[in-house]
This record gives sequence, C-alpha cells and structure tokens, in this order.
Amino acid sequence: MFRFLVRRLIVALLVAATVMTLAFILTRLSGDLAISIAGPNATAADIEAVRKAYGLDRPVLEQFLDWVGRAVTGDLGNSYFFQTRVSTLIAERMPVTLTLGLTGLSLALLISIPMGILAAVRENTNFDRAVQMVALIGQAMPSFWLGLLLMIVFGLSLGWLPISGTGSWEHFVMPGIVLAFSAVPALTRLTRAGMIQAMASDYIRTARAKGLSRASILLKHALRNAAIPVVAIAAVQLGFMLGGSIVIEQVFALHGVGFLAWESIAKNDFPVVQAVVLVLAVIYVALTMVSDLLNAVLDPRLRA
Amino acid sequence: MSTAVAVNAGPRRGWKSAGTWIGAVIVGLALFCAIFAPLIVPHDPFTQDLNRRLLVPFWMEGHNPDFILGTDQLGRDYLSRLIWGCRISMLIGVTVTIVSGVIGITIGVLGGFFGGRIDDAVLFAITTRLSIPVVLVALAVVGLLGTSMTLLVLTLGLLLWDRFAVVARSTSMQVRNLDFVAAAWCAGCSRFRVLSREVLPNIASHLVVVATLEVALAILLEATLSFLGLGVPPPLPSWGLMIAEAKDYMFFSPWVIVIPGVALFVLVLGINLLGDGLRDAFGTRSRT
Repeated sequence: MFRFLVRRLIVALLVAATVMTLAFILTRLSGDLAISIAGPNATAADIEAVRKAYGLDRPVLEQFLDWVGRAVTGDLGNSYFFQTRVSTLIAERMPVTLTLGLTGLSLALLISIPMGILAAVRENTNFDRAVQMVALIGQAMPSFWLGLLLMIVFGLSLGWLPISGTGSWEHFVMPGIVLAFSAVPALTRLTRAGMIQAMASDYIRTARAKGLSRASILLKHALRNAAIPVVAIAAVQLGFMLGGSIVIEQVFALHGVGFLAWESIAKNDFPVVQAVVLVLAVIYVALTMVSDLLNAVLDPRLRA
Repeated sequence: MSTAVAVNAGPRRGWKSAGTWIGAVIVGLALFCAIFAPLIVPHDPFTQDLNRRLLVPFWMEGHNPDFILGTDQLGRDYLSRLIWGCRISMLIGVTVTIVSGVIGITIGVLGGFFGGRIDDAVLFAITTRLSIPVVLVALAVVGLLGTSMTLLVLTLGLLLWDRFAVVARSTSMQVRNLDFVAAAWCAGCSRFRVLSREVLPNIASHLVVVATLEVALAILLEATLSFLGLGVPPPLPSWGLMIAEAKDYMFFSPWVIVIPGVALFVLVLGINLLGDGLRDAFGTRSRT
C-alpha cells in the first residue's frame, strides 16, 4: 500500500512538472509577449519599457526557471491586467468554481445512481432502454446550448431562477444542472454495468438463498460493490467538471476561475492563463490520486 | 424498416437495432449536406440584407416561404447557413479525428506492442494529457495565435488523442500475444511488417468505433469554442458561432438559438448512435 502511494505520488509530481512546462510554452506561442501587452498603439520605446518591467528581456530559460521556482513556493506571479498577485485572484474566484463543481457532481450522482440501479434491476426492459437513451442524449447535448435553453425556460418564461450572477444559492441551480448533465451518462452507465455484474455474482445468490429481502440485497450487498468504481470515477469527473466549467461560467456570468481564465485570454494576461492551466491540472492530478485511494480503501482486494 | 424478426427476447443490437440505422441516416444526411453544400443551399449563406432581418421560420405566423428557417440578425438565410455550418462541423470533426487518430494510434500501438519502458512513457503521456483542461488550453492557443480553421484543427487534434491511445494500447497488448503474431515473427517479418500487417488490421474495428465517437466529440468542442468566440472565425456559419451571434435575440425570438442547437444535438446524437451500433456490430464491447 505504501509503495503504491509513493509510486502514485512520484507520477503525480512528474505530471505536474510536465504540465508546468507545457503551460509556460503555451503562453510563449504568440512570439513577443511585450508587443501584445503594450497594445496596438505602443511605440518601440513603450514595448521596450514593458519588456524590462515584466522581465521579458531575460533569456527564456531564466524566465522559465524563475517561474517554476516561484510557483513551487505558491507564488504564481502578478497579473498584467489586475496588477495583483495571481494566487490571490485565483483564491478569490475558486469558491465559485468549487461550489459549481460540487453542486454539479452531487446532482449528477443523485440522478445517475438511482437511474443506474433501476436500469440494472430491470435489465433489457423499456425502462432500461429509456435510461440508456437519456445517457445518449446527455452525451450529445452541448452544455452551452442547454444553459441558454434553461435560461429561456426557467429564467424568462417561468421566472423561477435568476439568469446570471452569483448572489444566492439559486444562482447555482441552472449552472449545476447543466454541469451535471455532462457527467450523468458516464456515471449512469458505470452504475448500471456494476450492478448487473454484481447481481450475477455468487455472493448475491448466497444472499438470496439466505432469504434476505430484495431491498437489502440490492442496496446493502450489490450496491456496495457496484459503487466502488462509481465513487472513484466521481472524483475524476469532478476534475473534468472544474476544467469544463469555463463554458458554463461564461454562459451564466459566474465569476469563477473559468471566467477569470476567459477574461485573461481576451486581455492577453498570460501569467493568469498559465497559472489557471497549472492549478486546474494539479487539482485534477490530486483528484485522480484521491480516486485511487478511495478505490483502495473501499476495495480491500486492491490493498495488497 | 427491417424485416428481420428477433429470434430471442434479448435486445436488438448492432445493425438490428433501430438506433444504429437512425444514426446512419443522420450521418449520411450530414455527409451529403457537407459535401454538396454549395450546390444545395437555397440562398448565399453570406449575403446580408438588413431589410429582412430575423424573419421567422416556417412554423410561425407570418413567415416568408422563400426563407424556410427564417433569417438571422443580419438578414442571412438561416437554412443556407445551417447547411454550410454542417459542412464546417463535419470538416472539422473528420480532420481533427485524423490528426488525433494518427497521434493516438501511433503512441498507443507503440506502448501496447513493445511494453516495458516505452509503455511507461506512453502511460505517462496519457496521464499528462488527461490532466490538461482541454477547453481552456484550446481557448488559450486560439486566443494567442488568432482564429483560423487550420489552427483550430491542429489544436484540437493535439488535445484529443487520449481515447485513441488508450484503446490502441490495450487492444494491441491483447493481439501481441496471439499465435498469428508469433507466426509472423517466426516467418522472419520485420517489426514494421508485424505492426502494419498483423497488429493494426486486427485492432482496426476498435479504432473505427473510437474514431466515430471522436468525430462527435470534436464537433461538440468546435461548437463550444466557436460559441466562446475563439473557434471558427466569422462570417463562417459554424453552429456554435450562430448560437453565439443569436444569443442577444434569444429572449425575444428563441428559435434563433433553437435551430442551430437542435442541428448540433441531432448530428452529435446520430454519430454517437452509429458509433455505439458499430461497436455492437463488431462485437467490441470493451468500454473506454
């Protein structure tokens, strides 16, 4: 178990280092940063001043090592546009994105686990086919479009929910539903497949032979085993959701990390862009480790 | 309608399933629209006419029979833009899949076939790729380098190879140990020949399934990026861009976002249905 953890940790650190390098290269793709920052009306002297001020006159390798050195200690540099520390900016915006991500994940689990169980119990019935159809629809639904449709229906026609902003919990309902939609297909299919496999196993036959109630067999015995991959994937899905929330934050004007990244791309604010890429990647790597750990904790067979 | 009668009570799968056929029809129609778009558009999709802005589609009161799906906020024929948009979606979906397929299959087959250190490196590359937030990085690249179709295709291609790599790796790992591969080795075939003549043809059906699903994913991502203003450059009628441009009018005339959205949804659904059907038809149930 310990060896397994150490191995995973080393891989995670290597991945983080690679993403760091890629994020740095990404922001240098456009060529001369100083020209883009100084803007279209800048004179040669302005550009030179910008280059000096932001340390862009140093060799690229030195800039890179400087960035890495600071990032390791938690200093992600300063935003060109907001003129504040990037780490502060991200910390300010993170609660909104996390709230959105956790709302989306909770909704997704609330929908997909019962649906998956029922579909498995009634395998090959019309209900099962309907559930699989829902999963297919969820897969094909463009999230930004679903968001706009919900805005028209629940925001405008029915007037139940606020259309944009972050003032209250109600602001997170529609974005949460949209985000949940993206995770429901995978989670439902996994629950269904897990339950079908579990229901066919020997220990369920034993439980049946003992005369246990159907509910007890389903929820206590089968679900416990079927849930292991679902819980593990849920952690990974949260990582994908945080990365994908950029679209939904933009549609609903939620000022989270994704919105910050979108603004920063539009404003050529490179330190923020590369920092957000890095932070989201590190969160994802951390979540996959959590997922492996959960797997190991829930399934004693993997602890060997 | 299929005349075949289901012999057992089990679910009809593969080509016996209605879903597969619906998917195939949708994809066929989309391909037809994509290829023959310049010939079948009823109007020029780029011509603006401010005198006929936001004409309503055929199911609404007071529509103009010349413009079946109405016109957009600049008076361009919506049906023509929709057909042209199909061409853009399919073009991007297919080209992105070719780029990501070449990268993913190469990486995956190398890892699965050779194993050992090479496989460790391949697994590491896949892990790293999965940790990168796709939409954000694609937005950043396009935002920094400017919007163009070529750039968009290359960026998405470089970001979406993970599923190809995962499937190519696991399937070639299984094929590697089969007898006919051993026979090829014994016959003195070169590594390249074993890979290209023995391994690749035997994992091809799995890869076709992945490719179908990747086309759908690429089309969705293109629409998303275009919606955010950093995908296909205007005035090209990408469906995502059409939704973005019509967004300001959606509260007064919801059909402006409903039409391109439905088109996008139906196309992606159709491709996924076809992909699932192909998987069942090939008997490749291994989920990715």
